[in-house]
Amino acid sequence: MTEKERQQLLKKQKTGELKPADRYKIPPQDMPEQDPVERTSNVNEVATGYTETHARLEAMRCLQCKNAPCIEGCPVQIRIQDFIAAIADGDFKKALVIIRENSLLPAVCGRVCPQEVQCQQKCTVGLKFKDVGKAVSIGRLERFAADIDQNEGGAPAVAPETGIKVAIIGSGPGGIVAAADTRKAGHDVTIFEAFHKPGGVMVYGIPEFRLPKAIVQKEIDVLTKMGVKIVCNFIVGRTRTIEQLMKEDGFEAVYIGVGAGLPRFMGIEGESLVGVYSANEYLTRANLMKAYDFGKGADTPIALSKKVAVIGGGNVTMDSARTALRLGAEKVYLVYRRTEKEMPARIEEVHHAKEEGIEFHILQSPKRIIGDQNSHVTAIECLKYRLGELDESGRCRPIPIEGSEFQLDVDTVIIAIGNIANPLIRQTTPGLQFNKWGNIIVDENCKTSLQGVYAGGDIVLGAATVILAMGQGRIAAAAINKYLEKKPKSHKKPG
Amino acid sequence: MSHKIVSKSKLSENVFTAEIEASLIAQAGKPGQFVVISINSEYSERIPLTIADADPEKGTIRLIWQRVGKTTAELADMKAGEKIANVVGPLGKPTHLKNFGTVVCVGGGIGNAPLLPIAKALKKAGNKIISILGARSKDLLILEDEFTPISNELIVTTDDGSYGRKALVTEPLKELCQRDQKPDQAFVIGPAIMMKYCCEVTKQFNVPTQVSLNTIMVDATGMCGGCRVEIEGKPKFVCVDGPEFDGHKVNFDLMMKRLDAYKDQEKKAYEQYKKHRCKIGLA
Ligand SMILES: Cc1cc2nc3c(=O)[nH]c(=O)nc-3n(C[C@H](O)[C@H](O)[C@H](O)COP(=O)(O)OP(=O)(O)OC[C@H]3O[C@@H](n4cnc5c(N)ncnc54)[C@H](O)[C@@H]3O)c2cc1C
Ligand code: SF4
Ligand code: FES
Repeated sequence: MTEKERQQLLKKQKTGELKPADRYKIPPQDMPEQDPVERTSNVNEVATGYTETHARLEAMRCLQCKNAPCIEGCPVQIRIQDFIAAIADGDFKKALVIIRENSLLPAVCGRVCPQEVQCQQKCTVGLKFKDVGKAVSIGRLERFAADIDQNEGGAPAVAPETGIKVAIIGSGPGGIVAAADTRKAGHDVTIFEAFHKPGGVMVYGIPEFRLPKAIVQKEIDVLTKMGVKIVCNFIVGRTRTIEQLMKEDGFEAVYIGVGAGLPRFMGIEGESLVGVYSANEYLTRANLMKAYDFGKGADTPIALSKKVAVIGGGNVTMDSARTALRLGAEKVYLVYRRTEKEMPARIEEVHHAKEEGIEFHILQSPKRIIGDQNSHVTAIECLKYRLGELDESGRCRPIPIEGSEFQLDVDTVIIAIGNIANPLIRQTTPGLQFNKWGNIIVDENCKTSLQGVYAGGDIVLGAATVILAMGQGRIAAAAINKYLEKKPKSHKKPG
Repeated sequence: MSHKIVSKSKLSENVFTAEIEASLIAQAGKPGQFVVISINSEYSERIPLTIADADPEKGTIRLIWQRVGKTTAELADMKAGEKIANVVGPLGKPTHLKNFGTVVCVGGGIGNAPLLPIAKALKKAGNKIISILGARSKDLLILEDEFTPISNELIVTTDDGSYGRKALVTEPLKELCQRDQKPDQAFVIGPAIMMKYCCEVTKQFNVPTQVSLNTIMVDATGMCGGCRVEIEGKPKFVCVDGPEFDGHKVNFDLMMKRLDAYKDQEKKAYEQYKKHRCKIGLA
């Protein structure tokens, strides 16, 4: 598109003359990214983000549908067509204000939400072209509006102090939002985090090249500015129990947002050999502990792998595979027992992984892991699979093909087949109800079976998403604020 | 929230002890539990150390460690008054304490440190305590003085015979098991290889044996699985399912291999650190 054409579009946008036909003609705007070869030798963010030019063009592709079907697809119902209109008009500040009405972490969500199965799946433009890839890039626009914000760290207003203490357990996206929303109501809020740094999966799991840690830190800084206290190195259930927090330490309401946090293994032979990692361990070493700087300051080592097999098909799998590449692996295989179509990972991550040279082995799964006399991994033996009938998850069931065994030579295996609930809270909180998978049972207000105790995020939903955790943090906070308002005043003690 | 080192001293050439401010952990900690520390928040690794003692009134815990690599060396170079950025705990399951009758407590090298609070608590629970403390040589023996008052019988062995009996701990352990009144229970803590051989002895005599495992850890909350060991062929996480296990069920060979997973890298880091210490005049 020439500069003149662009100016014409902008002019029409301004005067309200831009017609759907004009909008359909604007090509979908790609987001600039680092070169695939270059980027595998650094840990910097892969996608560098829209410029103003891209953003306004992309925003003008939006038809401003009356019924805005995209909003239905958004777990927190952001007024999508309105913020996009503001970007098209060049009023980026207004766009962010609109987004922030419903989402507290736009810079994060713009980067990590699975938009293609949420807002963008419903987008009229994508439907018209019969290609979700041609939908308006709502996520990229959200990211743009968040990143361009100059008013760094402006903290939301806080109501007069109520003196009521609220405890937030876990500093993942759910905890962050619950803390912000209860603090806004004037409560005395403390976040307790087991790790030495706050942020949950956003800091220990999702890699820098996909979600720069500085972005998460900015959100944490906002909380601190609002007066939320953050206590790290504090394991609820071990350092203090929920009962102690409520009965002895004066906390009147609690939000549990401890995440999933227990890695699933496959139960196959050889899973404890040297060189076999859970994705959690591999990513924690690489991200939180900065193992990529081992010997250059960082003290936490990680395997010096040449050939790596990563098992699974989700975001965690893609993150592990791409991290292995950045840590110097020559060959990285991604082994998944269904096909690409069934992969739960975001399309963009699959695309990036392929672009970077990750070798996809679909319809395969390891049967055992083979080691040498030193118990070091040397290979995996895989079985081939075919797809059968639909199963309970609505995906085709993978069926092993008998006698199809073959070996893949590798020195490292990363198992990324998901997480289950960490039992610590269950073991240390009598009266709290859990379902058979160990997830906390809550009602529609995220209230648990215990008075004053609320929960949300992965510990409730099973492994879910950042935006769903955030949504629950918000619902829980609203319920907590209401609960505390109604609670008899005599029970409130300041400090 | 960082943690001040209240006092620090040397127990032997390479073993150090420090009292550290950590009031919540001092209150909640029980024998058998441990903490994870990292010296600073950016680049330091996280290492598990047993809570050797706790003073809930003073709000301090006591740690004992051996200088074996970069982090433990760095810790050894710190002075009273300095601060450790992160101390988290108490972690792991506490020791199952009861009156077994006669308990033999076997400690090897630095293993005497985690053994001490357990032996003390077992004594308090009414057990007769026989302690066997082993070291490579006299200079490396630690905590003998603290085991003396709680032990009904105390046997010291050194590999080179420079002190006590010239033997490995397995020798007196076997003799005890051969007595008419064999011990009712054993607690063995030390290097993996020593625990392995002690367990072979006690198994032979059907003496139930608890060991405390010291695997590599990252989060120590059950999130990563890096600490896993095989117990009767099944993976268990030392940080949440342990650190104590039935020693007769542990796959020690695999555990030793896993402990060595980063040996070369760790060595390199330690060498680098030693060079750096020389440069800044610490050594
Ligand atoms: C590698 C990886 C990639 C992912 N990619 C995506 C993606 O692209 N898009 C997406 O939407 N989602 C993604 N997810 C999922 C998403 O990160 C989670 O659904 C989300 O973070 C869950 O949020 P949460 O609020 O439940 O808490 P979490 O982020 O799970 O954080 C929980 C926090 O609680 C702390 N904690 C646990 N137990 C205790 C305790 N007893 N006391 C104190 N603190 C405790 C933990 O240390 C942790 O910091 C990914 C997950 C992983 C692991
Ligand atoms: S559905 Fe698509 S085109 Fe319609 S308002 Fe939403 S983003 Fe715009
Ligand atoms: S150290 Fe991570 S699970 Fe035990």
